[in-house]
Amino acid sequence: MIPLSYYVTLSAVVFFTGLVGVLIRRNIIIILLSVELMLNATNINFVAFSQSLHNIAGQVFVFFALTVAAAEVAVGLAIIIALHRAKNTINVDEFQLLKW
Amino acid sequence: MEHLFFFYFALVIAASSVLVVGLRNPIYSALSLLIMFFHVAGLYVTLHAEFLAAVQVIVYAGAILVLYLFVVMLLNLKQDERYHRQWPVAAGVGSVLVLEALVLTVLKGRSSSATPAVSETSAAELGNTEALGDVLYSTYLFPFEVASLILLVAMIGAIILAKKDLGGESV
Amino acid sequence: MVMMYELIPVLPLAAFLILGIFGHWIKAKAHLVAVPAVILSWCISILAFVDVADGHHSTFRLYTWLTSGMLEVHIGLTIDRLTAVMLLLVTTVSALVHVYTIGYMKGEPGYARFFSYIALFTFSMLMLVLADNFLQLFVFWEAVGLCSYLLIGHWYERPSACAAATKAFIVNRVGDFGFILGLLLVFTTFDSLDYATVFANIEREAAKTINVLDPLGGSLDVSALTVICLLLFLGAVGKSAQVPLHVWLPDAMEGPTPISALIHAATMVTAGVFMVARLAPLYNASPAAMSVVAVVGAVTMVLGATIALTQTDIKRVVAYSTMSQLGYMIMACGLGAYTAGMYHLLTHGAFKALLFLGCGSVIIALHHEQDMRRMGGLKDRLPITYWTFVVGSLALAGFPLTAGFFSKDELLVSAWGSGPLGQVLAVFGLLTALLTAFYSFRLVFVTFWGPSHVDSHHAAHVHEPSPTMTVPLIILAVLSIAAGYLGIPEFLSPMFERGGERAHGGGATVVMLVASAMGLLGIAGAYYAYVLNPDLPDRLAQRWRTAYEWSLHKWYVDEAYDRSIVRPTFAAASELWKRVDVAVIDGAVNGVARAIAWGAWFLRLLQSGQTQHYALGMALGAVVILTLLMVI
Repeated sequence: MIPLSYYVTLSAVVFFTGLVGVLIRRNIIIILLSVELMLNATNINFVAFSQSLHNIAGQVFVFFALTVAAAEVAVGLAIIIALHRAKNTINVDEFQLLKW
Repeated sequence: MEHLFFFYFALVIAASSVLVVGLRNPIYSALSLLIMFFHVAGLYVTLHAEFLAAVQVIVYAGAILVLYLFVVMLLNLKQDERYHRQWPVAAGVGSVLVLEALVLTVLKGRSSSATPAVSETSAAELGNTEALGDVLYSTYLFPFEVASLILLVAMIGAIILAKKDLGGESV
Repeated sequence: MVMMYELIPVLPLAAFLILGIFGHWIKAKAHLVAVPAVILSWCISILAFVDVADGHHSTFRLYTWLTSGMLEVHIGLTIDRLTAVMLLLVTTVSALVHVYTIGYMKGEPGYARFFSYIALFTFSMLMLVLADNFLQLFVFWEAVGLCSYLLIGHWYERPSACAAATKAFIVNRVGDFGFILGLLLVFTTFDSLDYATVFANIEREAAKTINVLDPLGGSLDVSALTVICLLLFLGAVGKSAQVPLHVWLPDAMEGPTPISALIHAATMVTAGVFMVARLAPLYNASPAAMSVVAVVGAVTMVLGATIALTQTDIKRVVAYSTMSQLGYMIMACGLGAYTAGMYHLLTHGAFKALLFLGCGSVIIALHHEQDMRRMGGLKDRLPITYWTFVVGSLALAGFPLTAGFFSKDELLVSAWGSGPLGQVLAVFGLLTALLTAFYSFRLVFVTFWGPSHVDSHHAAHVHEPSPTMTVPLIILAVLSIAAGYLGIPEFLSPMFERGGERAHGGGATVVMLVASAMGLLGIAGAYYAYVLNPDLPDRLAQRWRTAYEWSLHKWYVDEAYDRSIVRPTFAAASELWKRVDVAVIDGAVNGVARAIAWGAWFLRLLQSGQTQHYALGMALGAVVILTLLMVI
């Protein structure tokens, strides 16, 4: 049996990698990919716990998280396209109108 | 044997996630993500969540990633500067967080380290798909319907947001 | 009958209130309100005088002002002999000045305001004189100072008038500081501020001493009564323009001439002398204080006379003359001759007011010309003014048979008879009499005799002013002679035990003869120097250049004060302003604002608009939470 902590560790590593990716990259698409990384990490976590605690609710949650991730990607990419149309760039530094 | 599979999957997942964040070309990043998705699916299989593994491959690898690739190719981007100016800070923050997470896992993990090996059989009686379907359409019916509504809204939203000027040329 | 005496001060007060509130609408008819009020007050004062002469001494309380522990202060009136003569003096001179003002200030824009102020002044002075306790005396002491300020600065568009008014008030304040301390000391010593209580307990407290060096850690015991007397006298020094607080009086000539006559000749400046006389029992118990008073008076007497010798502004000559005569009075009181001092005060009131009003008449006739070098030859053009002026000057010089002669003679004789200090000071008094006669007739000869130096524009229009101005002059001239025959000393002497003895005998006759001789010598000298030999004064001034300069520049007292007090104060104020107010206080207040602005600027930097900065913030928050989870 693989200890739960292994899965949690793996999940943490992937999650923080995704977080660092959000903080670091300038390309909006890569930022969104990093967000996907984070979502996947939580999914791994849920499934591991579901298996460990023998509760199917964890997997149900993964199911819904998956759904929402799909919806979010669709809308997010649509926004990126709109932004690109406006400024012809997807460097996130260019979009800083909400400031003092 | 199990450990072998786990470590293989875990290693590849970790490595590909680092590649996603680190590669310059967005196509390469997307492809690394694809590899990651497949291995996550594999991990789900080892965790006796076969249905989820299938759904993962279909939705994530099959739909989401394809969408990403479409957009990247559509926008025809140039290679920009890769990293934001705050990357040292972010790297520092990330490493601290990882460390802390590890420490927490090790410290707190001790208290409930007993993983009951009992009900392997009980879960195996009902297959993963059936178990999931059983719960999904009874207890979690309402969130299920809401999820479909979310998808509908997302679809409409995506169309509107990505359209050119309203009332102007057709998309 | 008794209730009527309250009207004496109340009538001028009513005039002040009516003119003060409605003056804007009354305007040129203001004299119809003020003059009858003051004349009525004068009539009642005569009744009071007759009453007192019959032997009635009235005291009555009007109102209890405050009670606090042992202190009980009320507003009250007391009419005894001293008060009665002062009432007559104040109301008479005030009434005459009121009438004179009708002509002098005719057509001026501040007509009603002027009348309201002199009514207020008359009220304050009457209440001061009628007071029966120290605090009331002090309150109205301050009130007459205020009125003096208001009236000197009557033509407030002139900066010199404003400066003079402020100077008068501030210098008076210095004296009043001593007065307040004396007042406090009276209360702590006698536990009461009523005259009656204090005078009754003098014997009891005579032995009390105060250690004046206590704050410095030393030990010098001085009699409490001496300290009280000296402190109260400080107030008189300020009010009666004694040295060293005399500097305001000449500058007070910026005010209109009627008030120079009323306030700075006959009434306000005499308040100091009145106070010393009123507190005679207190001063009699302190020989040391009396010596100080006498010497201060003598110094002022000499100083004033020496300065008046060289001044060219006619009002200033008369002002310094007033200062000198006040010195005489203070000196007399200091030597115990209160009767003589008050007698001289009364006669001086008459002839000095006359001299001032005469100056006013000349000034009006020459269209506000005040420099005597631009006058001359006026005796035929202004006959009434000239003759009344001569009468006043004769009285001032102590010419035999005038009121001034009798009072000055009384004064010098009493001084001579009061002991060794008195004899020394009486010699100075006699010398000053010589100087007095000289400068007063210098004024007469240069202004009225000789060739005319009047500005050609005005020379043709010189004419006698209206009867409202000349009639008071005539009345005062009559008083200047008649006041000597009214028996004032006999009236007053029962009040003052010590001063009551009138010196008789050989010493008295000699002094009288010498005084008369001095007066005649002075007049003759002035005649010689200014009529017979007109270039003699200039030659003398050249020969004794230093003495002349010192006299002309008022012994440089103002300059000394400027260097030692005014400039350091300004410098200190300027430094405090720059170093403390601007740098520290404003700096602190503005600094707080600047600090907040800087803080806001700093915080603004957090809103960069870049999403990843915000995301970093969230990540840092996660770090903090995880750390907490780890630690706790």
